[in-house]
Amino acid sequence: MTDSVLYSVLLLASLGVVAAIVLYVVSKKFYVYENPLIAEVDELLPGANCAGCGSPGCKSFADKLVNTEDISELFCPVGGNDVMKLVAEKLGKAVTEKDPTVAVLRCQGGCDVRPKTTEYQGPRTCAISAMIYSGETDCQYGCLGDGDCVAVCNFGAMYMDEATGLPVIDTDKCTSCEACVKACPRDIIEMRPRNKRDLKVFVGCLNEDKGGIAKKSCAVACIGCSKCEDVCQKDAISMNNNLAYIDPALCTLCRKCVDVCPTHSIIETNFPPKKPKKVVEKKPVAKKVVEKKEVEKVAVVKGEAAKPEVKKEVEKVAVVKEDVTVESKNTKTDA
Amino acid sequence: MLKTFPKGGIHPPENKITSTKEIKRMTVPKVVNVPIAQHIGIPAEIVVDKKDKVEKGQVIAKSGGFVSSNIHAPVAGTVTKLDLVIDTSGYKKQCIVIRTDAKDPSNFEEVDFPLKTDIELEPAAILQQITDCGIVGLGGATFPSQVKLNVREGTKLDYLIINGVECEPYLTADHRLMLEKAQEIVVGIKILMKALNLKKAVIGIENNKKDAISLFKSIIKKEDGIQVAALQVKYPQGGEKQLVRAILGREVPKNGLPLDVGVIVHNVGTIFAIYEAIQYNKPLIERVVTVTGKKLENPSNFWVKIGTPIKDLIAEVGGLPEGTRKLVNGGPMMGKAIKNTDVPVTKGTSGILVISEEEASRGKAENCIRCGECVYVCPMGLEPHLLMNLSEKGFYEKASQEDIMTCIECGSCSYVCPSHRPLLDYIRFGKNIVKKLETTKN
Repeated sequence: MTDSVLYSVLLLASLGVVAAIVLYVVSKKFYVYENPLIAEVDELLPGANCAGCGSPGCKSFADKLVNTEDISELFCPVGGNDVMKLVAEKLGKAVTEKDPTVAVLRCQGGCDVRPKTTEYQGPRTCAISAMIYSGETDCQYGCLGDGDCVAVCNFGAMYMDEATGLPVIDTDKCTSCEACVKACPRDIIEMRPRNKRDLKVFVGCLNEDKGGIAKKSCAVACIGCSKCEDVCQKDAISMNNNLAYIDPALCTLCRKCVDVCPTHSIIETNFPPKKPKKVVEKKPVAKKVVEKKEVEKVAVVKGEAAKPEVKKEVEKVAVVKEDVTVESKNTKTDA
Repeated sequence: MLKTFPKGGIHPPENKITSTKEIKRMTVPKVVNVPIAQHIGIPAEIVVDKKDKVEKGQVIAKSGGFVSSNIHAPVAGTVTKLDLVIDTSGYKKQCIVIRTDAKDPSNFEEVDFPLKTDIELEPAAILQQITDCGIVGLGGATFPSQVKLNVREGTKLDYLIINGVECEPYLTADHRLMLEKAQEIVVGIKILMKALNLKKAVIGIENNKKDAISLFKSIIKKEDGIQVAALQVKYPQGGEKQLVRAILGREVPKNGLPLDVGVIVHNVGTIFAIYEAIQYNKPLIERVVTVTGKKLENPSNFWVKIGTPIKDLIAEVGGLPEGTRKLVNGGPMMGKAIKNTDVPVTKGTSGILVISEEEASRGKAENCIRCGECVYVCPMGLEPHLLMNLSEKGFYEKASQEDIMTCIECGSCSYVCPSHRPLLDYIRFGKNIVKKLETTKN
């Protein structure tokens, strides 16, 4: 009895010793040297593996950072300047600072303003519907509404608005990894600088059709009237193919263009309400009412100056961080 | 036993409603929108300007490269604008808009030429004339004909196959053309045989067009080297590879062309266009279009000028019936739904199909039940269910290894799928991506 116990213990112990020796030899023989810096840099990176930097994941980006001489071209959009500064300290290399950006949706053609003229019964992904068809509306530039961008967002920063059928970007959660930009077959999503308090002014349309055709297919389309270009004192607005574009580098967020846009295709977000007096001087009465309301609602979104009579709407839009699009449309129906 | 291809294939209801309707000449439209990209390859380059007067048959857009084609004015008139017009793809494409000159007699003269059997031109001149007249494959693929006929020295070539199969349900354009222009088509075949120095030609016709088969058989008795092959009715026999296999028993290699097995295939419509181009110097400015649908008042076949808006054709057959759900450019199997009735007829429009509510619905896509029907019917021997999953999940390299690029997009798999899975949509998508990946790799 004691013998068999002894033998089995001895056998197992010797097996263990042999295995340990084999493992030791193999680990020495096939040792792969890895620069310990890579693991350290990887620690600094956000670990989101979003591929926003161009590398497939954070580990390979860390590898690239360590093994490239000049890393001034490399940038982690999720970590931003803070992370890149840490990386620069660790590696003793120079990095370039970049202004933080955020994704914006350059289409506000929801179900209510852009009528469906045809029906698409194929697979509901934007990529396929753009390939075999031009979408269910008459606008061949706008959002297809099948949510490829939402599907690729790793950070939960996007969701589809049931009411409008358009994706909504949650600015606070957006890490500017540009996954949605790459996923969109229509190139509707643009990266624009992230300003203080998330103030933004941009053209919410990509329709290059002539004014009449654009307007017919979508009520909030840019019709290429050049009014915004004329009113802009900083030359930030350029017209190309019947479409306005606001250069974020030159724009001073003065919002003059927003006021003159006849189709409300220029979007402003998170601005405090304008002083109503100024508006009265400039605009005819009918328009003034519209704008005043709009301004109030924008204020509502920000949560400032929330008046009791519009409190319901405050609740409704409390989740929506930058959805002025919806608001301005509501305003129009109200007016 | 009639000849056919061995692998896969289906037999959808034929619905050839218009097979007894003579080809009528459409009234000349008031305005034509002529797209510059009517063929596969590089779009043509516009050579006219706004307000220019153009004569009927004048070149208005010149071939933009090797795989490209000339485009001619279908009517005499004035170029009113160079505009973007929605074409059959659903997207706006560059178009030349011409307003018809109501006073110009050439717009209204009789264009049925008498039969002319003597072939005067030499082979090189024939090929040049085909290039100049902007002839493209009228079966639907619109591949420029001169490229197909540009055979490299030393290539072994022994057969010309004429595709009179018209395996798509509903369409009867080729069938009517064969009945009404049989003599001319035979002359057209002889023109190509002379140009390519070929001794043998076979006209392949499916057995549901018995009248055309017997007509051709009676004509070719006098001709040397031309045969007629009656084929079993099976879709997609009109595909080049299937047709070569059915008639000659030769297997076209994958990713290869019929030329690799010594065969050139042309559609009967193309042959007739070549006949007119060579004998009467008439460019490709009109084609036969079947306008059909079960509920249409008066479905028929028409000679239509390129660029005619489809709404003119619809008006000609008595307007859209109630409950119309879908307009298809082409046949029900391979055709594409069109966005609105302003879409112009192009060189590739073989038919306009008006489908009602109950026929148009796709059915809700369910899970794959592994029944294998799609594999059974695939004429290329592929596994459509696998290809769909691979391209849906993004395994494009694996899809490429599984020969996704050899798919001829006939739609048989989607047709038979009992779960209504959108097989072809995903395969097309996968093909697109694989093609892009391959071009970036090279």
